[in-house]
Amino acid sequence: MKQLIKKLVEAWGPSGYEHHMRELIKEEIKGLYDDMFVDPMGSLICRVGTKTDSNLRIMVAAHMDEIGLMVSHIDRNGFLRFTNIGGLMPSTLNGNRVKFENGVIGTIAVENMWGKMYELPKLDGFYIDVSEGLNGDSGNKNAPIQVGDPAGFHRTFEERGNRLVAKSMDDRIGCAVAIETMRKLKQLGCKHEVYFAFTVQEEVGLRGARPAAHGINPDLGIALDVTGTGDTAKADHMAVALGKGAAIKVRDGGMIVPPAVKNLMVDTAEKHKIPYQLEILNGGTTDAMAIQTAQSGVPSGCISIPCRYVHTVNETVDMVDVQASVDLLAAMLSNPIEGVKPV
Amino acid sequence: MALQDTMLKQLSEAAGVSGAEDEVRQLIYDTIKDHVTDLRVDTMGNLLAVKKGTGKSSLKVMVAAHMDEVGFMVTGVDGEGLIKFASVGGIDPRILPALRVHVGKDRTPGVITWKPIHLSYKEKDVKKTDSFRIDIGADNKGAAEGKAQLGDRITFASETIALTDNIVRGKAFDDRAGCAELIELVKGDPFPFDLLVAFTVQEEIGLRGAKVAAQALNPDVAIVLETTAAHEVPQDEDEPDITTVTKLGHGPVITYMDKASIAHPGLRKAFVRVAGQLGIPHQFRSPQYAGGTDAGAIQTSMAGVATITISLPCRYLHSPYLILDLNDFQNAVKLVRATLMQLSPSDLER
Amino acid sequence: MDLKEHLKTLTELTGPQGHEEAVRHYLREQWAAYVDEFEVDGFGSLISIKRGTGPEPRKKIMLCAHMDEIGMLVADIRNGYLRLSDIWGIDERILLGKLVLIHTRGGTLKGLVASVPPHISNAKGGTDAYPDWEELWVDLGLPAEEVAAKVRIGDIVTMDAPAIELMGDKVAGKAMDDRACVAAVTACLDYLKSRKHEWDVYAVASAQEETGLFGAAAAAYKVQPHLAIALDVAFAQQPGVNGDEYPKHGGAPVIGIGPNLHDGLNKGLQDTAKQLEMSMFTETYTGATGTDAWSIQVSREGIPTALLGVPVRNMHTPIETVLIKDIDRVGRLMAEFIVGLTDEFMDKIAWKPADADKGDKKNGADK
Repeated sequence: MKQLIKKLVEAWGPSGYEHHMRELIKEEIKGLYDDMFVDPMGSLICRVGTKTDSNLRIMVAAHMDEIGLMVSHIDRNGFLRFTNIGGLMPSTLNGNRVKFENGVIGTIAVENMWGKMYELPKLDGFYIDVSEGLNGDSGNKNAPIQVGDPAGFHRTFEERGNRLVAKSMDDRIGCAVAIETMRKLKQLGCKHEVYFAFTVQEEVGLRGARPAAHGINPDLGIALDVTGTGDTAKADHMAVALGKGAAIKVRDGGMIVPPAVKNLMVDTAEKHKIPYQLEILNGGTTDAMAIQTAQSGVPSGCISIPCRYVHTVNETVDMVDVQASVDLLAAMLSNPIEGVKPV
Repeated sequence: MALQDTMLKQLSEAAGVSGAEDEVRQLIYDTIKDHVTDLRVDTMGNLLAVKKGTGKSSLKVMVAAHMDEVGFMVTGVDGEGLIKFASVGGIDPRILPALRVHVGKDRTPGVITWKPIHLSYKEKDVKKTDSFRIDIGADNKGAAEGKAQLGDRITFASETIALTDNIVRGKAFDDRAGCAELIELVKGDPFPFDLLVAFTVQEEIGLRGAKVAAQALNPDVAIVLETTAAHEVPQDEDEPDITTVTKLGHGPVITYMDKASIAHPGLRKAFVRVAGQLGIPHQFRSPQYAGGTDAGAIQTSMAGVATITISLPCRYLHSPYLILDLNDFQNAVKLVRATLMQLSPSDLER
Repeated sequence: MDLKEHLKTLTELTGPQGHEEAVRHYLREQWAAYVDEFEVDGFGSLISIKRGTGPEPRKKIMLCAHMDEIGMLVADIRNGYLRLSDIWGIDERILLGKLVLIHTRGGTLKGLVASVPPHISNAKGGTDAYPDWEELWVDLGLPAEEVAAKVRIGDIVTMDAPAIELMGDKVAGKAMDDRACVAAVTACLDYLKSRKHEWDVYAVASAQEETGLFGAAAAAYKVQPHLAIALDVAFAQQPGVNGDEYPKHGGAPVIGIGPNLHDGLNKGLQDTAKQLEMSMFTETYTGATGTDAWSIQVSREGIPTALLGVPVRNMHTPIETVLIKDIDRVGRLMAEFIVGLTDEFMDKIAWKPADADKGDKKNGADK
């Protein structure tokens, strides 16, 4: 599974430009589904199992896209100025490297670095240097980059004991959990009609999951995504920590999980002795919100993988939590489910 | 192309603040009714129609432009007969002092009052919109209420004029210029497919009309015709360089990304390809200063729609006076028409 | 029907966002006498259908008031004390020294939000700032082990606030937002009981308004009504809320105008009010109304939507205060409007080109 995670997190695919991810995942899931299609937004959707009178149609969503940036203009000196794709934090930018689709590596710098050592400008105070030293410009006006070109962060995957560190764990780890669950279901058997949706454009406002959910119109929605933790220095208070199990969402910045769905997850975890924790996240939301609000409402929840330093290149997860998430999802999908529909 | 060759003057001078687009709707209705079928107005006020194609393609292609403009609404009349108001859509409160407006259905002229400098030179804070009043000359509450009923809309009082052969100035080009483009498309040659035409409402307050229009038409493809910010005032070296946003006269703007949507890659490539083939000047707008357009609502509607925004560069959006170049207008119509003529399902593959 | 008792019972039920089951079940019982069928959508909104007498296919009007209230969650448990988290909309400035209920798997526990005695607050830096969520702790008065065994993170917490009667036929309590309007729907159904109406009436008690107008969107999608009336509370004049843009107690029905709301439907309601010699209070909205009307209007191919309201003082506190007469008047107006609805109404409010109908191209509100 770690090899799979490495491949996924190192792949290039900012929101709206997920095509490389889509091809990569297609390779990984060969033989694991009954049916597959790409929807108009670009989400990759795979069906496993068949709907009967006694089971549910379930949508499982993990997003393929990652945060990144887009060139907004090339300044007087040939430096690339940029805007955010998704939630970009100024504090993570200076010194970072980005990669464009054509392979060009850019370095992010901040204006007047030494003069303003302790000041943090907004995004427009940063620039990307793609100079090659051939044309006398401080930047490179001839670089094969133009306004509108997107870039993702460039960083390798690292392993440190049980902890995995990489860019884009958000939400490639969710994709890994989905793929691993598909593999596990091959052995356990899938009791439901499950649509594994590898969605696009989550980081810019759940724009992929919303239409995907409209098309699938499931009875139950489950998102797989990362969540913050309260176990870092002076973190906002939050009763979630790395290594304590899959985080079952209660509430986040966009949704409240119906008690029936939350209890289904809790009961399944307890029955199968899978480590879990309950998650209340004060900001941010996941594809589960988009699924929940599709058509005439879909009971939806989220299995979250606790992650430190979300939206940095050092997103850190714990294998215990990743495995627990796979086990929990697989246990749910390989057993009958009752009582999630409100009466 | 000159101002009188387009519908732009009549369209931009019509009143159509979000939710009260009636004058614009009527004007467009009368203009297109002989060129379309299935002409209807939905419960939101969107004007929807079909321009019959040649039947060679079964693609469902929607083209949308919004009829509404930013403006104000009457929220009350005070004891002195002065009108209280609030902004409809995003308006910079710094343009309000001493502004001329038209109030209500009768377009009663009014002015936004401002305390003389002699008495206020120390007041440096930007005044909030709700602290301003409009004076229509009414002597008392009753007289004002006759002309300004609760909920009545208020527009900028601006005439649309030509500054040169091709440079024009007026209010509400956002998005009457898009409406005028769409009218050109409707009046022109048929496309290979039926064109689903949507003049939408309430874009400025949250892309409301387009959402409903897309849900009704359920298209495969949507092209949104819009305006986008150009800003070419001189920049000092130490200012953020925003002259590169977009430029007047450099052609229609093909959008990569704005605050509400990311363009469909296949459509983006198709527009760039066609512009190259025909030598139509075009530009890409900086995603940094872009707002959102109806594309945001349409793209994520139903099971998803391949969507792109094609914009006209336009100075001073959301103010009483916008400036645009009719050469850009002409090129935009040319580009959109040519691209639609060539559009095939293979352009939509992901 | 005793409207006051009905309202008191309604507001005392537990039903924060996403946990409206108890309210839904109570309304199923109460409305069973008035309606023909019930449905529940994926969000947990209760959709009840009272069939009209017109020939099929009958037109549908949806009345929508949200049954959820603002609520809290247990965020953490330490040494027998609970730390809280807002679901949405709680004003944490009012919580010190208030009573709460903790709804656990095993039953309801009584809690108190610990206030700080002056002796200590002085030492901690004074009393000039309201505490934030991190500083608020709930005391159950139970041993730590018992709390740990009974309470789970994510358990919901509501204000312990029985409804009380004030002078002048007013009631104060929690969840008047928006159960006062649910009660107005009940009043409407009660008025309709003895009346004939052509249209089908879909009375919806929506879920999760207070998280993002979600329940109404889902319900409108399911019902696909021809017309909709959303009901929500309005800020009543009170200390700190002055000015003639706000209604007073006794000012209901409050009606909203603006792009979110349909002028033709509004005119129908205003005409009905005139017939009843009922005064109305008009509120202007330049864009979002922040109510279920906002999500209903853009459902499907667009739904003409109106917004009616009941003035409430002290909104989003456990002493939301309403006047019973206001609720009754809103119910009566809706009932009378529904009775008057004919098959042609949709045609009447549709936009027509000027050449077809020179007299009324605007369908504007007639004042």
